[in-house]
Amino acid sequence: MTDEHAHQTIEALQGAFGGETGEYAGDPRLVLPADQILAAAAALRNQHGFEYLSGLTAVDYWPAQDPRFHLVYHFSSYRHNSRVEIRVPIAEDVEVVSITPEYWSANWQERELFDLFGIRFTGHPDLRRILMPHDWEGHPLRKDYPLGYEEVQFTFNREEIAARKPRPSE
Amino acid sequence: MASLQEVTVDEIRHLVSQRAIEGETMLLNMGPQHPSTHGVLRLLLELDGEQIVSCIPDIGFLHTGIEKNMEAKTYIKAAVMTDRLDYLNTMGNNLVYCLAIEKLVGLDVPPRAQVIRVIMVELQRIASHLVWLGTHALDLAAMSVFLYCFREREMILDIIEMISGQRMMATYFRPGGLWREVPPEWEDHVRGFLKIFPDRVKQYENLLTDNPIFRDRTIGIGKISEADAFRWGLTGPMLRASGPPLDLRKSRPYSGYEQYDFDVPTHTDGDVYARYLVRMQEFHESMKIVRQALDKLPSGPIISNDRKYVPPPRSELGVSMEALIHHFKLWTEGFPAPKESVYVPVESPRGELGVFLEGDGGPKPYRCYWRTPSFVNLECLEYISKGHMVADLVAIIGSIDIVLGDTDR
Repeated sequence: MTDEHAHQTIEALQGAFGGETGEYAGDPRLVLPADQILAAAAALRNQHGFEYLSGLTAVDYWPAQDPRFHLVYHFSSYRHNSRVEIRVPIAEDVEVVSITPEYWSANWQERELFDLFGIRFTGHPDLRRILMPHDWEGHPLRKDYPLGYEEVQFTFNREEIAARKPRPSE
Repeated sequence: MASLQEVTVDEIRHLVSQRAIEGETMLLNMGPQHPSTHGVLRLLLELDGEQIVSCIPDIGFLHTGIEKNMEAKTYIKAAVMTDRLDYLNTMGNNLVYCLAIEKLVGLDVPPRAQVIRVIMVELQRIASHLVWLGTHALDLAAMSVFLYCFREREMILDIIEMISGQRMMATYFRPGGLWREVPPEWEDHVRGFLKIFPDRVKQYENLLTDNPIFRDRTIGIGKISEADAFRWGLTGPMLRASGPPLDLRKSRPYSGYEQYDFDVPTHTDGDVYARYLVRMQEFHESMKIVRQALDKLPSGPIISNDRKYVPPPRSELGVSMEALIHHFKLWTEGFPAPKESVYVPVESPRGELGVFLEGDGGPKPYRCYWRTPSFVNLECLEYISKGHMVADLVAIIGSIDIVLGDTDR
């Protein structure tokens, strides 16, 4: 069951905004430059009938610097039973325009990307951390952020680890 | 222990109205520890007396970094973490993760495994809706419904324990099929459950559907229109109660759902009562699916025999060298996935649950993003609760059916 509407939409978007298409396992995708994403989102919602944003995420390709991140937008259409994927490659410290004017649900999704990846969005009404505590430093889902785990305390290193642990106040 | 932090007015000035700054309205913290917020959800309420002027959700108390942890484990080991996301829909999480891997590497699932997957996912949907119903009714002070729902849920948890050894975090679905064959008494237990459950649903409906107190507290509360629901990205019963019959099991069938005959319940009002009716009807539809699936349960293998991704049975290890090598490679290294990405959505009890999986040619997922319905559905809380009273807010949160593990990941 191929998604004809998705293929046609991807071709129409490529004609209007440029970028390269791709496909894997029957799902078409379009790689767009970052300055086109708001116009593309508006076109998707108003012309092609993609009513809702299924998901918005990012992939970190550190240590590659340019582009470092790929923003991945998944737009879905109820009317046409269709889904498209749009990828936006951006370098570090590049601000992307927010698509919240078109898709309200992008609000929290973009906040999550700011929180976990450090990607800033211009025009976002409320860009602050959402999952991490509000005064956290660093962006955990970046590849250069350590996973962080507790070292297992065996008999041979019991004393050194116990020395580092916080002791209850007397 | 962290020291107390002082939040200055400037940090929240853009979120609350001017009346709060002047002191005319009250800022109240419906804190992370609250019996009615269905988990560790913190709401900053701006109240004008009893009316809500705005409600700012603060999530992240249950954020455990599952996505980052999954990047550090092989695909098979990361499957264990998937149960812990939406802990009421564990089979569903397993299913979507396995579907994503199967799509990424191109693995086939034998028909018997697909049918058993459907049965278990639908039973899990019933169990999840039972928790929703019990806690929602409990918040509205119908306490006996809570106990009845959990009594029925025990039967489903017994069935899950029977096949996998675990009541909730089963990790029963593996890439390529199931972990092990179902025991012979499983089918009798499922049929026994199907025999008694329709009467129990009728009992819940007798208690709540025409109850004047329940109707008073839920009709007209938290209304959202179809257009607004789409803009907020709502899916699942939240969306279907406002009109459109969007159900991924019908529109983009997976795991053999196209073979089953079931309806998608919808409603037009879009308020809390409409969502209640939609989810009550989903009990019946899930039972229909389980009955049909049990009747057409085929015999055959329960997992794919593609040895590059699926470990061989232990009986083969003593006689076949290739089996031993495959076992060794899968246990020490794991299987590689191509440098491509897939996005697979399924219909969880809360809405569209999707996995975006990107491989990098190695045995560990490079990026595993979970598009969770609770995260997206919770965003509309501020929009639909404006003007309602605090007691209505409790009803609205119950009707959105959030699970904080799903929201925070």
